[in-house]
Amino acid sequence: MTLYTFDKDPAGAGKSVCISVVNQSAEIALHIPRLRRYARALTGERATADDLVQDTLERALNKFHLWRQGSDLRAWLFTIMHNVYVNQLRSSAHTRHEELTEEALEAAQPARQTDMLEMRDLDTALRKLPDEQREIVLLVGLEQLSYEEAAKALGVPIGTVMSRLSRARERLRCIMAGLPEVAALKVVK
Amino acid sequence: MSRLPVTETDLHAYVDGALPEAHRAEVAAYLAARPQEAGRVQAYRQQNEELRRLFDPVLDEPVPERLQAVLTPRPRFSPLRYAAAVAWMALGGAIGWQVSDMQQTAPANSAAFARQAAIAHVVYSPEVRHPVEVGADQEAHLVSWLSKRLGTDVRAPQLNSVGYGLVGGRLLPGDSGPVAQFMYQDGRGQRLTLYVRTNTESNRETAFRFAEEKDVGVFYWVDGKLGYALSGEVAKDELLRVATAVYKRLNP
Repeated sequence: MTLYTFDKDPAGAGKSVCISVVNQSAEIALHIPRLRRYARALTGERATADDLVQDTLERALNKFHLWRQGSDLRAWLFTIMHNVYVNQLRSSAHTRHEELTEEALEAAQPARQTDMLEMRDLDTALRKLPDEQREIVLLVGLEQLSYEEAAKALGVPIGTVMSRLSRARERLRCIMAGLPEVAALKVVK
Repeated sequence: MSRLPVTETDLHAYVDGALPEAHRAEVAAYLAARPQEAGRVQAYRQQNEELRRLFDPVLDEPVPERLQAVLTPRPRFSPLRYAAAVAWMALGGAIGWQVSDMQQTAPANSAAFARQAAIAHVVYSPEVRHPVEVGADQEAHLVSWLSKRLGTDVRAPQLNSVGYGLVGGRLLPGDSGPVAQFMYQDGRGQRLTLYVRTNTESNRETAFRFAEEKDVGVFYWVDGKLGYALSGEVAKDELLRVATAVYKRLNP
């Protein structure tokens, strides 16, 4: 809310500045589908994911004045979602809810049996990753953020992004291939 | 051709299509000679593809109502029977985040007052059938009733000279007791509301203050025993013009 103080003299009104609220809601709304996709992959559950998106949207509206006009709104929203997510993980009150609605069942894609198993495997394997590794593999692999954008969204140096990404992908590969994890990766530079 | 060592970072950038053309060829050549590394890179590529296959369908799902609701705080076009309840919650939330801003420039008490006035405006001004409890045709009764409930003389200023006619008024609950709301309307159906409460500030008189949330502007001030807030979805200059008229009418 913008506040102004005036004399009760209407002549003083000329000095007033009217800040028009940009159509922030509409701009943010464009990104909801992608935020939902990322949240779904991150949490693995529809209701929890939409809770996360809702909290993210509320926070984005609150903080919209901090967004630098012209910068990438989507990357900024991912930053907010990351912060909200981390806060939720920290709060012990955070519980996971599972919901299996008819809608969710319908949303399941028809797929060949092997595809289905493979896809489930990847989803299952994702759940076995530490949160920080799951975040990076999704931001880069699913959301196709650049390494720089991912580093910004997660608030870590790019070197950390690369080492987490490397560990996450190798871990996923091993889980899916039923291999014990290989510790000896090439040194990340 | 000089062969730079291929790093783990290069392999990931290769997977993610983030390598410059020249370097990409180098990595491809490197992998061609190392089937084990190539297998690993291939597995990473498949992870990316499968992630998209797995989660892209979410993009096509309809956005749940509750998420849209976060971004559409003012349900002007929702069914009237729900309008009041929804507007209270939605606008309350929307304005809530800005109270901290307001507190920096105005006493918390009066900032909350402006907020309440804005909410009451949004709740009642879209009403078609029941915008007021007591219509302007019973103005004398309206004024004496509200004066009695507020415990002090309340007047509904005549604003015909600035283009707004009285529609009527209603009694509302405020933080510290009853509050009166008068509704005005111009020839095009544009509505303004004047929210009046007994003054709880120490000031006996304040300047006009202006608060704005989305399209709702609020001029509010204290004058003697009463605090006033004029709200409307009109240009600020227009609202100021009317607020000035209200003030002059009440202080002839």
